[in-house]
Amino acid sequence: MVRSGAVTTEPIHDALNAVYIAESRRVLATLIRVLGDFDAAEEALHDAFRAALEQWPRDGIPDNPRAWLVSTGRFKAIDAIRRRKRFDALEDYEEGLDVAVEDPAAWADPESVEDDRLRLIFTCCHPALAADAQVALTLREVCGLTTEEIARAFLTPAPTLAQRIVRAKAKIRDAQIPYQVPTATELPERLDAVLRVVYLVFNEGYSASSGATVTRSDLSEEAIRLGRLLVDLLPEPEAIGLLALMLLQESRRAARSSPSGELILLEDQDRSLWNKAQIEEGTGLVRRALASGRGGPYAIQAAIAAVHAGAASVADTDWAEIVGLYDVLLRAHQSPVVELNRAVAVAMRDGPEAGLAIIDAILDRGELKEYRLAHAARADMCRRLGRAADARTSYQRALKLSHQEPERRFLEKRLAELSK
Amino acid sequence: MKYLCLVYLEADKLHAVPDRECMACGDGLRKSGVLVAAEALQPVDTATTVRVRNGKLSVTDGPFTETKEQLAGFYLIDARDLNDAIQVAAKIPPAREGSIEVRPVRELQP
Repeated sequence: MVRSGAVTTEPIHDALNAVYIAESRRVLATLIRVLGDFDAAEEALHDAFRAALEQWPRDGIPDNPRAWLVSTGRFKAIDAIRRRKRFDALEDYEEGLDVAVEDPAAWADPESVEDDRLRLIFTCCHPALAADAQVALTLREVCGLTTEEIARAFLTPAPTLAQRIVRAKAKIRDAQIPYQVPTATELPERLDAVLRVVYLVFNEGYSASSGATVTRSDLSEEAIRLGRLLVDLLPEPEAIGLLALMLLQESRRAARSSPSGELILLEDQDRSLWNKAQIEEGTGLVRRALASGRGGPYAIQAAIAAVHAGAASVADTDWAEIVGLYDVLLRAHQSPVVELNRAVAVAMRDGPEAGLAIIDAILDRGELKEYRLAHAARADMCRRLGRAADARTSYQRALKLSHQEPERRFLEKRLAELSK
Repeated sequence: MKYLCLVYLEADKLHAVPDRECMACGDGLRKSGVLVAAEALQPVDTATTVRVRNGKLSVTDGPFTETKEQLAGFYLIDARDLNDAIQVAAKIPPAREGSIEVRPVRELQP
């Protein structure tokens, strides 16, 4: 069945697949610029690959597949418009096309292609778009995930997600969100928005806020891939810091849950299961981000993760260094959640009493009252101090606020142990 | 492309920005060719709502909305794209007291 006429075309199909994986997102990013429209560009991308499927087995793979695909996609798009619209409308449309890239060689120019990828990222993460739409659009357009894949990963009905993407594209078109990399003055804020989206995708994969398993690893892998792309395109210290942070957290994946899906705390993890290659890469990136002198919250959090990653055990961990890094982080980024994490580190350095005092002060301020991890941390301090009744109250409070199955089982187990 | 920048303020902040400053902002935008039109509005309790239903005119006091902020003025501007319009909106003085809603203008289809 496989033999016969297919013999000569099969390797070319493999080659075409490889080109698709390597180039489709780049080609799309350039087509959006050339055609000025997301939907037209997506259609043109499909038409270009359909044409490649017909022509490449016969004529061979072109010298520059990327330029061929962009050029073919563009002609197919103009063709489609010609078929749909009157001739005068077409002239208006052609005038609107980017004339600077009439030379197909320019489409393959690595620099402008990479610029297009950045344009696409910044457009998908434009703050004028709803936060959930930014995430969906980035995964769809930049990462090439299907709507169904994104819907499954976010436990959202596919039609809802598709609607979100349609609305975002309509806003880009109707409000004229420009397809460009922000200017130097806008860049810090706009980059923050992009990094937020990437980290949100990572966290959704790393600690799903609801659902039966602790991790949905595909999303984390996708976020790391996005982080790498961003560091390649725009090696800003915070982009490097975020990639480091994701790699260092990801390195613990195999150790943070048991084969039956039970949650394992950092102190109880089998550190031989930590991924050494990821730790090494992450630690190197932390150094690079901090050496710039412009490391922000992501770089500092990554530095904290790197201290953990470098320690052979909890007892061996440099808790003073970690508390110091949390102090730096709080100066850069005031947040009660960071204060809570610092309190846990203080408890490791000075004992549970010191940590408990800080946590109670945060809770007394009324902040984090609805945050399950604040109550779980308080419960843990009380447990270690032998204050079983207080520990029980706090575990129950945490349990009421937790919707993640493995976390609930963990809290229930701790509660049961208190009763013994 | 034209954008309408709608200025929203809470009732007690309607005069928080001195008129002088708003006039200077309008003049600056007019000089740079960005401004099409701009006006400040009387408070919402001076507003009248007009409806025509089945050919019959209805006039009522209002509008009544649940939101605390009310429409206090507008700037119709001509901007390159949304980023450009956002930059202009950020310079409208009441942006620091209330909020500016930036709406793209829709061309009517003949």
